[in-house]
Amino acid sequence: MRTEARKLVTIVTEAALERRLADDLKRLGAHGYTVSDARGEGSRGVRSAGWEASSNIRVEVVCDEPTADAIAAHLRRHYYDHYAMILYLGDVGVLRPEKF
Amino acid sequence: MPGIDPIVLFFLLGLAAGLARSDLRLPGAIYEFLSVILLLAIGLKGGVELAQQSLPALLPQIIAVLLMGLILPLLAYPVLRLLGRLGRADAGSIAAHYGSVSVGTYAVAVAWLVARDISFEAHMPLLLVLLEMPAIVVGILLARGVAADTDWRKLAHEVFLGKSIVLLVGGLLIGWAAGPQALQPVSGLFFGLFHGVLALFLLEMGLVAAGQVGSLRRHGLFLAGFGILFPLFGALVGGGLGWLLGLSVGGTMLLATLAASASYIAVPAAMRLALPEANPTLSLTASLGVTFPFNILIGIPLYQRLAELLHATGG
Repeated sequence: MRTEARKLVTIVTEAALERRLADDLKRLGAHGYTVSDARGEGSRGVRSAGWEASSNIRVEVVCDEPTADAIAAHLRRHYYDHYAMILYLGDVGVLRPEKF
Repeated sequence: MPGIDPIVLFFLLGLAAGLARSDLRLPGAIYEFLSVILLLAIGLKGGVELAQQSLPALLPQIIAVLLMGLILPLLAYPVLRLLGRLGRADAGSIAAHYGSVSVGTYAVAVAWLVARDISFEAHMPLLLVLLEMPAIVVGILLARGVAADTDWRKLAHEVFLGKSIVLLVGGLLIGWAAGPQALQPVSGLFFGLFHGVLALFLLEMGLVAAGQVGSLRRHGLFLAGFGILFPLFGALVGGGLGWLLGLSVGGTMLLATLAASASYIAVPAAMRLALPEANPTLSLTASLGVTFPFNILIGIPLYQRLAELLHATGG
């Protein structure tokens, strides 16, 4: 099957940021995003998702490379210092490139 | 005199299970559901009562309580800065937590009074709502100053449309509009199950409080001391104000409890967005790891004694 190359941006961060991130992502050119609840442990301790302040989300965005770079740079500048956040990029293939 | 409140025992069970690292945990969605019921129930109760009162008559109380919400964080801030040697952001954030109120603590205090047949002013939920907000604004101003780049529009959204405010105010309005008779069909869920829901909620709070112990060990004595002494001071302020306003003994006790409690729903969410540089571990360790257990286990009976004492000496 022929697929087109796109980037998958995955962000794991505090649930408190969800609405703000969604606005940022759309403004930076993402056509859509997927949010799921997550929990785990990292340098800022256990995020057990037992209640609001310890809840994490995982946000996934499939987009072209310039958009992925813009998202990564923006999040790094605005959120890395003060929020529990990790971000990683991966290569994925999509069937309908016009969607992303 | 009833035995130990089962609600308190549920809290202790959660605390013990958490400290022993049991695998007990309530899913986040259950916690959300329980807090939604508690917030709505408290709002509804207050709303029904408000329908029978004239708002202008309550105005002095409303203004006094708003002032208290502004002043408490102003008093907490210098203590945190000077004695605690905390940075501006952390001190402002903790001050906001302690100026605002804990709905969970309020619910336990109400259950405590009901178990002892002590009456109180039924419009207290209105004062509860009013006390949630001012401290958030004061805390941010203390940490940031006025001229800073705070996005007040976004912040106002966060403060006024946070879920605890929406549910409390929504409950008040529904109770006010519907009145006691019309609420009958839903009262089984909101009033009949109130104590059971509160017990489960406290089980979860015990687990959450136990989770703060590790950071308490790291951040030490000052937070533990502040988390106990400032609520005691707040209780004096709130109790004194309740007495001055002519509240009943039960109402005075509730206002003291409100002043002594520290927020862990509305304020942490607002602070995370408005003061990201403030370390949330510090404020949550103090408010959940120290103050909430202290108020539940020791504070509430103490504030009742305080209210009785004020009324006995003041006449």
